[in-house]
Amino acid sequence: MLPGLTRDEILRYSRHLLIPEVGLEGQRKLKGSSALIIGTGGLGSPVALYLAAAGIGRIGLVDYDVVDSSNLQRQVIHGTSTIGKLKVESARNRLLDLNPDIEIEIYNEPYTSENALRIAKDYDILLDGTDNFPTRYLTNDVAVFLGKPNVYASIYRFDGQVSVFYAKEGPCYRCLFPEPPPPGLVPSCAEGGVLGVLPGTIGTLQATEALKVLLGIGEPLIGKLLLYNALDMSFDFVKLKKNPNCRVCGPNADIKELMDYEEFCGVPGHDHDEGLAGAGWDISAPELAARLKQNHLKLLDVREPHELEISAIPNAVNIPLGQLAARLSELDSAEDMVVFCKAGTRSTRALELLASAGFKKAKNLKGGINAWAKEVDKNLPIY
Amino acid sequence: MNHIKVLLFATLRDRAGTKSLEMEIPDRATVQGLKDQIGRDYPNLKEAMGTVLISINREYAFDEAIVPQNAEVAMFPPVSGG
Repeated sequence: MLPGLTRDEILRYSRHLLIPEVGLEGQRKLKGSSALIIGTGGLGSPVALYLAAAGIGRIGLVDYDVVDSSNLQRQVIHGTSTIGKLKVESARNRLLDLNPDIEIEIYNEPYTSENALRIAKDYDILLDGTDNFPTRYLTNDVAVFLGKPNVYASIYRFDGQVSVFYAKEGPCYRCLFPEPPPPGLVPSCAEGGVLGVLPGTIGTLQATEALKVLLGIGEPLIGKLLLYNALDMSFDFVKLKKNPNCRVCGPNADIKELMDYEEFCGVPGHDHDEGLAGAGWDISAPELAARLKQNHLKLLDVREPHELEISAIPNAVNIPLGQLAARLSELDSAEDMVVFCKAGTRSTRALELLASAGFKKAKNLKGGINAWAKEVDKNLPIY
Repeated sequence: MNHIKVLLFATLRDRAGTKSLEMEIPDRATVQGLKDQIGRDYPNLKEAMGTVLISINREYAFDEAIVPQNAEVAMFPPVSGG
C-alpha cells in the first residue's frame, strides 16, 4: 500500500504531480521509498538535497567526518556555520529545513564490513558517494548480496563516471574493475584536487538515476557507463556487459561474504589528509626546523609545480612524485634528506620508492608542508 | 597493420600529457596486446594498464577481444573521488 499525500504535500510536490510520468501515484511511490546515501561530501551533497526535495520518504546518511572549511568549495549541503560539526548532523539539519515532511536517519560511523549489511538492508536503493576504493568495493558487494540497485558515481578533477549497478539486471562494479588499482596510482580529491562544480554535475545525475529507478520510469544506466569530461564538455556512454568471471556476481562467483576491503585495496578506507604512519622515518615539523638550524639537510618537495605558488619551504628541490622514479640520478643516496608534500601522503609514496632504490637516509615530514605552516612558519597558508 | 586512435581520460590524460594516442598495432591484436604495447611505448601509462577500462566502438572490451580495423578505442581509469 502506497502512503497518501497530505494537502501540504500535494502543494509542495505540485510540479511533480503535473508530469504524467510521476503524477500522484509516482509521488506516493517516492514517499513510500527509502535511499541510503553513503558519504555526505561532494557527491552526497547534491544527491541528498535533490532526493530530499523530491520527497523520498526516508533518507539514510552515512559519514563519520566533520565539516572542514576546505569542503565548502563543493560540498554545498554544509555551510560556514556548520564548520566543525558532524557532517551527518549538518546535512540532516539542512535537509529537514528543505523538507520537514521526510525522515532522515543518520549513521555517524565509518561504513565497514561490520555494519554495512545491517545499515543497508532496510533501504530500497544505495547511492555510492564515497571517496575511496575500499568503500566503493564494499558498497558494490553489499548491493549484490542484498539484491539492491547501487547508483554509482565517482569523480576526478574534471572527469566523472556514473552508472547503475544492479546485478539482477546487469553488471556490477567488479565486472568493470575486478581489481583495484595499485595503491597510490589514482590520486584522491584531497591529493589531486577537483573542480568544485564537478560533483554538482555528477551528483545531480546520480540523483536523477535514483529517482528513475524508484519511479520505474525511463531507461536507467543499467548496463551503461556514463563518462563525463568538463573540459571537453563531453558525455560518452559505454555499453557494459556482465563479466562471466566476476567474482561476486558471475556464475562461478567465489566471494560469498564481505571481506577486508582495506586489505584488498591496500589503502585505508578514507580520504583524509593526515600523513600515513611512517615506519620510523617520520620527522615532525618542529624537529625539522631544529635540525635545519644545526646542519645541512636536503629538502625534497614532491608536489606538483603549481602547488609551489601556494606555499613553499626555501631551498627545497622540487621533483613531482610522478617524475621521481625517472629522476633519481639527481639525488644522492648518501645525503641526509627530508621529503615532503602537502599533507604526507605523496611523500610517503616517495619514501617507499626511495627506500626501494637504496636511499636509507631519507625521512618524511609528517603532515607535510601544511604541518610546517601550522607549527613552524605561521605566515604560510594551509591548503 | 591496424591504425587506431586511443582516447584517454582522467588520470591517464594527466600521465600521458595528451588526450589521445595514434597507434599502429598488429592486425588481430587483442586488447591485452594493445595494453602491453602501450605499456612499452608509454612508460608513464604502464602501471595504469593493469586496471584500466577499455571500450571499443563504445562497448566494453574484455582482454581477449580482438581490436577491429580503425577501431575507436577509449581508456578510462578507475577513479575514487566523491
